[in-house]
Amino acid sequence: MPADTIALVLRRVGRATQNSISRLGFAARFFAMVLYHSPAALKRLQLTLREVYFSGVLSLVIIMVSGMFVGMVLGLQGYDTLNRYGAGDSLGIFVGLSLVRELGPVVAALLFASRAGSAITAEIGLMKTTEQIAAMEMMAVDPLARVIAPRFWGGIVSMPLLAALFSVMGVFGAYIVGVRLIGVDNGTFWGNMQGGIDFWPDVTNGIIKSIVFGIAISLIAVFEGYDAKPTAEGVSTATTRTVVGASLAVLALDFVLTVFMFRGAT
Amino acid sequence: MNKATIDLWVGIFVVVGIGAIVFLALKVGNLTSLQATPTYRLEAAFDNIGGLKIRAPVKAAGVVVGRVDVVRFDPKTYQAVVGMRIDQGVQFSKDTIASILTSGLLGEVYIGLDSGGDTAMLADNGRIAKTQSAVVLEKLIGQFLFDKAAQGGTK
Repeated sequence: MPADTIALVLRRVGRATQNSISRLGFAARFFAMVLYHSPAALKRLQLTLREVYFSGVLSLVIIMVSGMFVGMVLGLQGYDTLNRYGAGDSLGIFVGLSLVRELGPVVAALLFASRAGSAITAEIGLMKTTEQIAAMEMMAVDPLARVIAPRFWGGIVSMPLLAALFSVMGVFGAYIVGVRLIGVDNGTFWGNMQGGIDFWPDVTNGIIKSIVFGIAISLIAVFEGYDAKPTAEGVSTATTRTVVGASLAVLALDFVLTVFMFRGAT
Repeated sequence: MNKATIDLWVGIFVVVGIGAIVFLALKVGNLTSLQATPTYRLEAAFDNIGGLKIRAPVKAAGVVVGRVDVVRFDPKTYQAVVGMRIDQGVQFSKDTIASILTSGLLGEVYIGLDSGGDTAMLADNGRIAKTQSAVVLEKLIGQFLFDKAAQGGTK
């Protein structure tokens, strides 16, 4: 009896491993196929522009409002802590570095995954459920070039721009709280920020991070949509998987990228 | 949603986004003051560089005139050789003294250059002969305690 149970458990573990490996292989091949079909999709630029509109422009409000609030909170909390050590004047560099290096790319990516990634997955999943993708194949229209690649590239274009806007709004929010409300000197605030932050490596590394996050989120979103079970439940599961998977991927990638980028820098 | 409207909004989005990157580059980081000026190299050997790091500022009379770009250990003389890039427009005499200083008690470590009276100037890849090492606080405190103890002994 116990031997049977052990065999059963082992068989389940084996099946789960095999499934995840074949899914990983499918995802890798899917990624290669998307890249292969990208030139054809980018030739019809209008399709990609449409996706930049849906995932980028329509995310502007949430990204900018969140950025502003994150900056204002950083201004308040940062000043409170820094002032205990008599370093309240360093608020500018504290806020600038946190936003440009980490919070800008990461929080914007998390918001982007929930706001745009989930929408992309749901849209593609529903297209699959209503057999629009099968219909396209019947009409000899490649869904990878017509549906998947434009959404993929739209996300990659939007992400760095959104992250930069998030950082700028954050700095602006911190300026309002720090300089206007608390009364840190205006010149000290900007001077410290400019003195401590360099375009290379700080700002460029933030941009590289946001591009990498854009690729990861877009790929996960289109893949989950394409791989969704063609049922109502399947689409809902796929959407959840996109948000959870993309968020975890962003956080894990952020750690790895930070280790490579900033270990030697300081 | 027609094509022209989408184009317009995407255009606005991209322009504002690139504007944000430019803002980060110019206003948050200081791209302008770094890239524009051509530089030349100087070297100086120190017995101890303390906490000096690559990209630390080089200051003359408190004004940043360059940055440290290499720090290496010379195994023959057991000294640290610091290479720095100085703005082209700023020249220093041959008897310049380079010292490693700290701004404030806990501030950043930088190199201070004090020009001497020599009329000959340091050329590209020149070496600053007179250097002053970093003041190591622990050693200073140790010395102070030792002196105190010695004084106490003679009483």
